Amino acid sequence: MEFSPDLRTQHLLHLADNALILGQRLSEWCGHGPVLEQDIAIINTALDQIGQARMLYQHAGKGMNPALDEDQLAFFRTENQFLNFTMLELPNGDWAQTLVRQFFFDTYNYLQYERLTESSDPALRAIAGKALKEIGYHAQFSAEWVIRMGDGTEESHKRAQDAVDRLWPYTGEFFESDGFSAEAAVRRAAPLPSDLQPHWEEKVDAVLVEAGLKKPVLQWFQTGGRKGQHTEHMGYILAELQFLPRLHPEAQW
Amino acid sequence: MNSIKNQEPTSETIRLEARFQNYVDGENKVEPKDWMPGAYRKTLIRQISQHAHSEVVGMLPEANWIGRAPSLRRKVALLAKVQDEAGHGLYLYSAAETLGVDRRELLEELLAGKAKYSSIFNYPTPSWADMGAIGWLVDGAAIANQVMLCRTSYGPYARAMVKICKEESFHQRQGYEIMLYLSKGTPAQKAMAQDALNRWWWPSLMMFGPNDAESPNSAQSMRWKIKRKSNDELRQEFIDKTVPQAEFLGLSIPDPELRWNEARGHYDFGPINWEEFKQVVAGNGPCNRERLEARRKADEEGRWVREAANAYAQKQAQRRAQTSEVA
Repeated sequence: MEFSPDLRTQHLLHLADNALILGQRLSEWCGHGPVLEQDIAIINTALDQIGQARMLYQHAGKGMNPALDEDQLAFFRTENQFLNFTMLELPNGDWAQTLVRQFFFDTYNYLQYERLTESSDPALRAIAGKALKEIGYHAQFSAEWVIRMGDGTEESHKRAQDAVDRLWPYTGEFFESDGFSAEAAVRRAAPLPSDLQPHWEEKVDAVLVEAGLKKPVLQWFQTGGRKGQHTEHMGYILAELQFLPRLHPEAQW
Repeated sequence: MNSIKNQEPTSETIRLEARFQNYVDGENKVEPKDWMPGAYRKTLIRQISQHAHSEVVGMLPEANWIGRAPSLRRKVALLAKVQDEAGHGLYLYSAAETLGVDRRELLEELLAGKAKYSSIFNYPTPSWADMGAIGWLVDGAAIANQVMLCRTSYGPYARAMVKICKEESFHQRQGYEIMLYLSKGTPAQKAMAQDALNRWWWPSLMMFGPNDAESPNSAQSMRWKIKRKSNDELRQEFIDKTVPQAEFLGLSIPDPELRWNEARGHYDFGPINWEEFKQVVAGNGPCNRERLEARRKADEEGRWVREAANAYAQKQAQRRAQTSEVA
């Protein structure tokens, strides 16, 4: 698909891709959760994420020329056209990796969406209004699990610390503030990501302290997602996500 | 409860059982604290827990397609549907617990391969059209049974069923809609739909259980009003309802003997392969092993998570106790 979206569209696609790729990953837990109640809870988060992705794709697609629908955007773009954070495409790993990833991202996402409710883009503002409530629940859920695991058993503590260490290098990407993010901030459509960093660190530090987990000292971060450069895992996600509509491009489902 | 068979019924038991039967005959609901015959309790525990296990194992064949659903709308609908099934599992385990068993105990029986669940979930879902066929046929067959169970004599089970039935009929419509899109779609889509119908038709008919003559427990369940229609009655109702739906889709039901019988006012249908049914129930279906392994894997990998949650809850309780002592 020929595809050269402007910066405004890239920003919306970035938000939508984050939601879709995370939702796609989380839905892998469906039927395999540690206990039925948690299976239901994690599916809820997945449902919310995919629901948000749909609203954002619809909004992004309407503004394009020619206009594209949510499924064209989700199923017919190639890997380099996806602008999600690389953290969100990593395999789920164990419950600790899934929930620590969720905690890092939810905390960021909540701060981001809080500001998106004041966006200069009215449609984005409306989407954010609905999404913020959901993200608030996600952030509470994941923070509680980080504390529970950090302060649970020796094994859960070890797994949670391992997840923190493993995922930390991917958090730097949240705060990169060039390209479409800078442009969105100028338009007052979205906050400048680097402005969110102090609040994010404050919240993350507080939860890690309560959980008895160590914050990594590492300050060398992975990058690429915002520019369409992904990990080795992304191709497999898209292969699974997209194969059926691509096999029957003329079909309605 | 195992000693029930060996006990000589006392005159007191005989009197209570007669009173119980009278109570049930009067269309009254039995509640957890009411006296009930041991065998009634046992039958219900078995039936409700099998039903709960079926919901939970039944998540797996459909979860198989969440990642590959062909549109975002379908993905959300399927994910929500499978989540509903987890919810149904929870209601049903809770209903079973009102009879004095523990959910963990029931789960252990499932994982050990001792408890049964609906055999239909031991069939594979190789195609997207299976999401349509399962919703339309499997949920359709389940609904026929569950609508009846909304009036079952055990109160908590009946109430759980009312809630479940509402969601199930939504799932069934959703499944039928998938089939509708496929059967009116491209030749490849239509072939996909027909193939799914071919594979799911007979196993769906088997969901109602053996013929009445081969189903010895049914009569007692009917007397207790746990069950209100026989397996064969329910199966016939399902066929009569489903054949016109298949015709509307333009799909053919894989039964050369299927035809309308004017005199009976029902469809006649060909013989069911009960040998296949027995084999799948006995563990020899195409996916029995995989399904149980998936449940065991989830349970084993979740153990440390459950332990962490318990340990944390205990620590919190201790801390609260210490704080109140200090205060």
